[in-house]
Amino acid sequence: MTDRSKKTSISRRSLLKGAAGVAGLAGSGTLLSAPYVHAADPKVLRYLGTAVNEGDEISKKCLADTGIKIEYITATTDDVTKRVITQPNSFDVLDTEYFSLKKLVPSGNIFPLDARKIKEFDNITPVFTKGELPNGKKIGGQGTAPWKVLYLEGANSKTFSATPTEYVTLIPTVYNADTLGIRPDLIKRPISSWAELLNPEFKGKASILNIPSIGIMDAALVVEATGQYKYADKGNMTKAEIDLTMKVLTEAKKAGQFRAFWKDFNESVNLMASGETVIQSMWSPAVTKVRSMGIPCVFQPLKEGYRSWASGFCVSKAVAGGPKLDWAYEFVNWYLSGWAGAYLNRQGYYSAVLSTAKANMTEDEWGYWMEGKPAKNDIKAPDGTLMEKAGAVRDGGSYEDRMGNVVCWNAVMDENDYMVRKWNEFIAA
Amino acid sequence: MAVTIETSPDSVAPAEGALRKLTMRSIAWLQAGPMMLVFALFFLLPLVLVVIVSAWDYNEYEMIPAFSFRGYTDTFEGCVANLPELCTILKTYLKTLKLCLLTWGLTLLIGFWVAYFLAFHVRSKTWQIVLSLLCTIPFWTSNVIRMIAWIPLLGRNGLVNQGLIGAGFINKPVEWLLFSEFSVVLALVHLFTFFMVVPIFNSMIRIDKRLIEAAYDAGASGWQTLVNIVIPLSKPGIVIGSIFVITIVMGDFVTIGVMGGQQIASAGKIIESRLSALQFPAAAANAVILLGITIIIISALTRIVDVRKEL
Repeated sequence: MTDRSKKTSISRRSLLKGAAGVAGLAGSGTLLSAPYVHAADPKVLRYLGTAVNEGDEISKKCLADTGIKIEYITATTDDVTKRVITQPNSFDVLDTEYFSLKKLVPSGNIFPLDARKIKEFDNITPVFTKGELPNGKKIGGQGTAPWKVLYLEGANSKTFSATPTEYVTLIPTVYNADTLGIRPDLIKRPISSWAELLNPEFKGKASILNIPSIGIMDAALVVEATGQYKYADKGNMTKAEIDLTMKVLTEAKKAGQFRAFWKDFNESVNLMASGETVIQSMWSPAVTKVRSMGIPCVFQPLKEGYRSWASGFCVSKAVAGGPKLDWAYEFVNWYLSGWAGAYLNRQGYYSAVLSTAKANMTEDEWGYWMEGKPAKNDIKAPDGTLMEKAGAVRDGGSYEDRMGNVVCWNAVMDENDYMVRKWNEFIAA
Repeated sequence: MAVTIETSPDSVAPAEGALRKLTMRSIAWLQAGPMMLVFALFFLLPLVLVVIVSAWDYNEYEMIPAFSFRGYTDTFEGCVANLPELCTILKTYLKTLKLCLLTWGLTLLIGFWVAYFLAFHVRSKTWQIVLSLLCTIPFWTSNVIRMIAWIPLLGRNGLVNQGLIGAGFINKPVEWLLFSEFSVVLALVHLFTFFMVVPIFNSMIRIDKRLIEAAYDAGASGWQTLVNIVIPLSKPGIVIGSIFVITIVMGDFVTIGVMGGQQIASAGKIIESRLSALQFPAAAANAVILLGITIIIISALTRIVDVRKEL
């Protein structure tokens, strides 16, 4: 008995020690971060966003050009939104997508920037401001299209303005048109419709994005392509439409159509490169990555059109009024001044101010990425690795061909709560 | 506890004895105090907050501190209306329990024999330490890397399939090796067997070897010794290991997600997708449900074996 009680007292002590260790760790954490506030460089901006736009090259060039040190805080799209809502003081500049504005603006945690202080604002592509191409062609506006949520009625307003005002929710930076990625070497026939995603021919070899709001739109594109139903707005479905779309997806899942769902860039690359999937929704740089591994992969243009996304900058409400606001304007102006735009264009994205980006690209680069012309020389990635050999043509062709065929935009639906529940039901089916 | 036993109350006056008892008691409280504080602050308080939030209302972007059972009623949506078909939450929990049970059974089986080997067949202390350290090798890399490593092995064009085709056992790749319940259980067993090995080994090493010698001398067979001596005396280790494995697997969504190709539902995944949609009260309600079910399982286990008595 004495023996046993000794043992318990020992274990209690070791537990206490453990607790002290944990407390010590927590303490040292705060100690480490303390001097950081007094760092030598006074111009520091904490930049919250997804990994997509957070290139080291961009922050290095920005520091060299403006003296502003960018500190990236990287999170997934959902976590960026969560952070803005729950910890608005933990970042200065926010880089996020337009569709999350429906959640961010009512929270009052972001501060709109003044369009008059953005030098290139008038040169921003009309894709954002009017929903049309520079040549005047109208673009599909289903979902949370950027021009619907670009302006606020006032500085502290929580209402989106249909007409231009100087209060801009997000200063546009980058956007692209997404479609299906395919493995032409394994499919061995032309693919031209979204309907192919659920074609039983590719049973066990298809995949979609496991972000409910985006996955359901890809499914809606399939439903429309097969002629089962025509949506008034694929980005804002009624409950009945959600039920219908999820029913189609559930049937496909039960029949074993999907190999796996992916959520993260690298997952999509692995699935495609390993041949686990041959057709799946994908992002442009992921297709490039697969191709740079020497594996054939095409970002296939489809006759029903593209699903598009767009992102931009705003600041935390904590920044308003302080010196950081001025740095933020300086940073955003630098970002739109061309170097960063050219960098983004070379990754297969599109820059919001085309004229400045063009000035920072060679004629051959501009021809390949923007005009759908065959490359005269080898096309290199921003880090210098070979992306395409001379003579290659970009999948989907020119800017006009790709952006002009956008039919819907990434969105948050009014029935989002219901949709998430249905998505869980679909995963459990 | 040790201190109170050692003092003999008879040798001192009753009043003084009572006083001393009181100071001893307060010292014991003081000793346990810091741990209690940490426990209250970092475990009980957050838990209470989760329970409170689970009964709040919410909209697209914020929690509304008004009483609402929406988080719960939404979760059990269709459980009565859709009968006899199972509703989402029941399906999800059945699946999670199934995976949990399979993982528990396999980790127990493997973990028990690994611990048995380490405790009874490895004689030198040095080798016991070396071999237990070997068991930790899977933990030298991150959880995600350990899971991703299975893909080139089990995939359609992976090593196993190529090997089977090469050997002529099959003529086209087997699909159920990856992104299936099989691969989920495989990964979970790979990840968590160690949590079973350590407590069982710890129990076994404390078994008095003379008991086994006595059993042998009394003519017990190896099997009888195992069933009547080793297993009963290893029970605390088995229960503690089981608690580790069951609580981890019940709440897991990363392993099930990656290895199941995000197509297998789990209780943790429901919470995660609610959190991603900023529906914190609904996520909290699901967390409370998960906690309740896990507590029921754990208390059933501790009913079978009184861990505190056995330690």
